Amino acid sequence: MIFNDLIAIKEKEIAGRKKIVLRCCLAAGCMSSNSKGIKEQLEKAVAEAGLQNEVEVRGVGCMKLCCEGPLVAADPQNALYVRVTAANAPSIIAALKGGKADAAQTDPNAPFFAKQHSIVLANSGSVDPERIESYIAADGYQALHEVLHEMTPKEVVETMVKCGLRGRGGAGFPTGLKWGTVAKSPGAKKYVICNADEGDPGAFMDRSVLESDPHSVLEGMAIAAYAVRADQGFIYVRAEYPLAIARLQIAIKQAKQMGLLGAGIFESPFNFNVDLRIGAGAFVCGEETALMMSVEGKRGTPRPRPPFPAESGLFGCPTLLNNVETFANVPAIYRRGADWFAGIGTEKSKGTKVFALAGQIKNTGLLEVPMGTPLRVIVEEMGGGAPNGGKIKAVQTGGPSGGCIPAQHLDTPVDYESLNKLGSIMGSGGMIVMDDSTNMVEVARFFMEFCMDESCGKCVPCRAGTVQMHHLLDKIASRQATARDLKKLEELCDLVRNTSLCGLGQTAPNPTLSTLRFFRNEYEALLQPELHGNGEIKKPTVTT
Amino acid sequence: MNASAAKPHKKRIQTVLEHASGDKRFKILEVHMKKHQFRQDALIEVLHKAQELFGYLEDDLLLFVSVKLKLPPSRVYGVATFYHFFQLKPQGRHACVVCMGTACYVKGADKIIDAIAQKYKVRPGETTADNQLSLLTARCIGACGIAPAVVYDGTVTPRATPESALEHINQWMTQ
Repeated sequence: MIFNDLIAIKEKEIAGRKKIVLRCCLAAGCMSSNSKGIKEQLEKAVAEAGLQNEVEVRGVGCMKLCCEGPLVAADPQNALYVRVTAANAPSIIAALKGGKADAAQTDPNAPFFAKQHSIVLANSGSVDPERIESYIAADGYQALHEVLHEMTPKEVVETMVKCGLRGRGGAGFPTGLKWGTVAKSPGAKKYVICNADEGDPGAFMDRSVLESDPHSVLEGMAIAAYAVRADQGFIYVRAEYPLAIARLQIAIKQAKQMGLLGAGIFESPFNFNVDLRIGAGAFVCGEETALMMSVEGKRGTPRPRPPFPAESGLFGCPTLLNNVETFANVPAIYRRGADWFAGIGTEKSKGTKVFALAGQIKNTGLLEVPMGTPLRVIVEEMGGGAPNGGKIKAVQTGGPSGGCIPAQHLDTPVDYESLNKLGSIMGSGGMIVMDDSTNMVEVARFFMEFCMDESCGKCVPCRAGTVQMHHLLDKIASRQATARDLKKLEELCDLVRNTSLCGLGQTAPNPTLSTLRFFRNEYEALLQPELHGNGEIKKPTVTT
Repeated sequence: MNASAAKPHKKRIQTVLEHASGDKRFKILEVHMKKHQFRQDALIEVLHKAQELFGYLEDDLLLFVSVKLKLPPSRVYGVATFYHFFQLKPQGRHACVVCMGTACYVKGADKIIDAIAQKYKVRPGETTADNQLSLLTARCIGACGIAPAVVYDGTVTPRATPESALEHINQWMTQ
């Protein structure tokens, strides 16, 4: 496969396209509402109307407005049908020739769509994830060719440093620095791992990227492997994502068949193979050292660092580990340049971020916005605010490692530093909106129960600490706790945060600390007075 | 290890291998292990296949895997018990997985669990006494856009309510 072959495939694919395209979302959410059956009905209706030469019915990835699924879009009409049923099919086909279909529609230019800036999700909803030709037609694999033939590994690393991309898994570590460290590490065998464990409850950005545009991740991994001189890649996918696993298997097979994975890619000396490793339901395996243990077929328990995976990781070799969304950004950066990417976002947080907006919000789904966008724009303008006239109380970011941003801080821009200042974190992108009906103590208890269940058990602070903190939160929630219990809880939070071995334990107290910071009154309202031995209420001591 | 402790262990392995030779599923599992070149780091993939074939991972099955992959049984048992996905007890005829991710929780997934638990007298993670229904929770299946999500025998269904869940399970029970 040489460059001209790639362009020939692109041109053939585009030439073969028909004037009218009906895009049907085939990501997991819409599939659960039978979007596959709807696609078949649409194909049948096209055949019955004799329009096979004019209309293409294409299965595509996530079309972002998940709460209104199944979604079907008609190009070039620019119509977006929502909550489509099989019965709507004939009417939608008839409307292609003029007139209005007997199916619910939504405005494709509404703020939810118009205010998005698509880099990671650029192909999601337009490319067919099960056909590599569709990805190539969208300029896929051109960045990889450019990198292999026009750049040295050192130059590839320099570009990544210059563009300012930070890890999208949650920690926000500078990606260029990570690539540079692995590149410099000595060793003949190196690995590239894609963390597709996405364990944060409420996050589905990575799932959507894998189901909708798997090749962007493969291409990103290949470019990274070239930069750090690795020849073997693994994608660690959680078992709860069967559709993502299937789409990845198809993508890897098709890339191998075309010589875009394997030996001598694009007739260069670069070899790169990618294998899948399936998780088995352990949140802690999203932590990089635990993930590597899992890839090695062991219990997923983390280990202290140093040594860092960049020096000694999988099977003791230097390993580059990045998140799905981080890799999905890579092809665009090399196709359009570091300066282009650095021009989006803020001073310290470049590029865009994909958020999975869910909870008590009208428009549930995926949105990709430039870093620095105010939360209010995301939640009120794009998300449409709380449903049924409710008022937004807080926005939770960062999953079980994160915190709640209360309504009075909704003008906060979304970037790594601003969210850290408010006691939360960017996290992987899960954003849960809570309204007045949400009990914040319950939220803290919910997240602590999660951490308690998912603790690997290796270190005492997390293993025992999460149990004790959960017990105290339970006691508070059921109105059986005193001010002394609350003080004990705060002390425990401090202890567990500072002494746990890995990020799970270190961040487990975050939701509690965050809700205590902004919603302390809800905790205090549930406290009972301390009693003397004879049942008399003790006078409260001065609380600090 | 003293000789008298080794003997019952060897005898049990003999029994397990004899039993396995008469069950085609063990052959399929062995082929799967061969596909991974019997590599020890493919243990989790092998356990996934084993659970797919047998429904759950009982002790003798784990022993079979440890013999074929040349791993200590304790290592295989340690991995099988670590990951939530692996079931070491027999499952019911039907499995209902209620997602307890944050978005589903905020939309009342706990009420769905309570309704099922109350009606069918089963706690999450357990199977009903008549072996008909296993009630399980998942920590997030990534379908937050259609919360609350419930998976009935592998099929994800959107926007569940306690009523719709009870109706679905009732249909299973009366079939």
